[in-house]
Amino acid sequence: MEAVILLQWTFNTLLGLGLLWLASRALACPDLFRAIVLFVAFGLLLALAWVSLDAPDVALAEAAIGAGLTGALLLAALAGLRSSETNEKVAGQPAKEGPKVRPPQWLPVVVLLSVAAGLGYVVLSLPPDAVGLSAQVAASLETSGVSNPVTAVLLNFRSYDTLLEMVVLLLALLGVWSLGGTALRRETAPGPVLDTLVRLLVPVLILVASYLLWVGAHAPGGAFQSGSVLGAAGVLLLLTGWHLHAGLAALPLRLALVAGSATFLTMAVFTLLGEGKLLEYPSAQAGTLILILETAATVSIGVTLAALLLGSPPPNNKDHT
Amino acid sequence: MNAVFLYALVGVGLFSLGLYALIVHAHLLRKILALNVMGNGAFLVLVALARRTGDAQPDAVPQAMVITGIVIAVSATALALTLMLKLTSETGRAELSDDQRE
Repeated sequence: MEAVILLQWTFNTLLGLGLLWLASRALACPDLFRAIVLFVAFGLLLALAWVSLDAPDVALAEAAIGAGLTGALLLAALAGLRSSETNEKVAGQPAKEGPKVRPPQWLPVVVLLSVAAGLGYVVLSLPPDAVGLSAQVAASLETSGVSNPVTAVLLNFRSYDTLLEMVVLLLALLGVWSLGGTALRRETAPGPVLDTLVRLLVPVLILVASYLLWVGAHAPGGAFQSGSVLGAAGVLLLLTGWHLHAGLAALPLRLALVAGSATFLTMAVFTLLGEGKLLEYPSAQAGTLILILETAATVSIGVTLAALLLGSPPPNNKDHT
Repeated sequence: MNAVFLYALVGVGLFSLGLYALIVHAHLLRKILALNVMGNGAFLVLVALARRTGDAQPDAVPQAMVITGIVIAVSATALALTLMLKLTSETGRAELSDDQRE
């Protein structure tokens, strides 16, 4: 027993130090490409920390988004940055990527150390035992329609958070689209290995996404994790030269993007009229309603995340005529 | 002190590291990385403090908030990166210039 506890301590300490080290390297490393790769490694290590903290739902979302999608977005942006920096490069003033060499700035160091000390003191002065809202969650879990507490919170108890989150995703995409985005540089001629890998991986990813969506009712998983895996499949397809069929680019794409928000809003209106309270489901049908909401949210999250990487709205026939 | 506070302190450390990098680095891509590290530090504090339930199930509400937060963070990052690329194609530099203040 002693040995197990010692092992856990060693693991947790190493993981914590590893996180801090990777983050500081990612932020200080002069080469931006290396910094992004270090940041992706940091995301993967963070997923381990979530597992260690008994938060497997968070770990699943982190592994797909923090380590996968954010890295893809950052690398795509770096590629765009390099091409536009070489275009605009002024003679005699080479595009510099590394941080400018500056004398160490003592004022920020002192201020930040005192901020860190203050925050650390506050964290350590919290009571070591606090149940928070877990008693209330456990008490209402029976009527929520699902048995995974995290899904119950996301899709039932605090579903207005998720409703607003769908809107935020949509807003971010609208922002990216209205800025014109940037052309994603794709692999124009994927080799046979990459091509076969994508053909094999994408169906598996869709299968994993469906499983996560279904299993979310009673085990770690759910709309967010499933949507991120779907988004990752979309990113893989986009990077290997797949194009959205022109007929699907106009209305079907936009319908998929708003499916989550629209279903949530419809559900909100119906529950408001029927039950008198926003997004409070009748407990007999709660399980079914949550599954409908989750399916729509998964499709929207997946398509939105892939569209964020694409940058600009895909061309469709109407734009040309 | 137990593992909960270890991870909460690591979260505080990440937040401070990110805040420092946000202040001292001029390159916008590095500022975006720094913001992401800060966000992850805040998430780590939230989830670690949700684990203070002893042997019982951890508090699900902060965990759900963090899952929402991760998805929001990635969409905000995508928007920030697009803004950065627009700025670079306008000015040729991925940095905010100090000159415009005067």
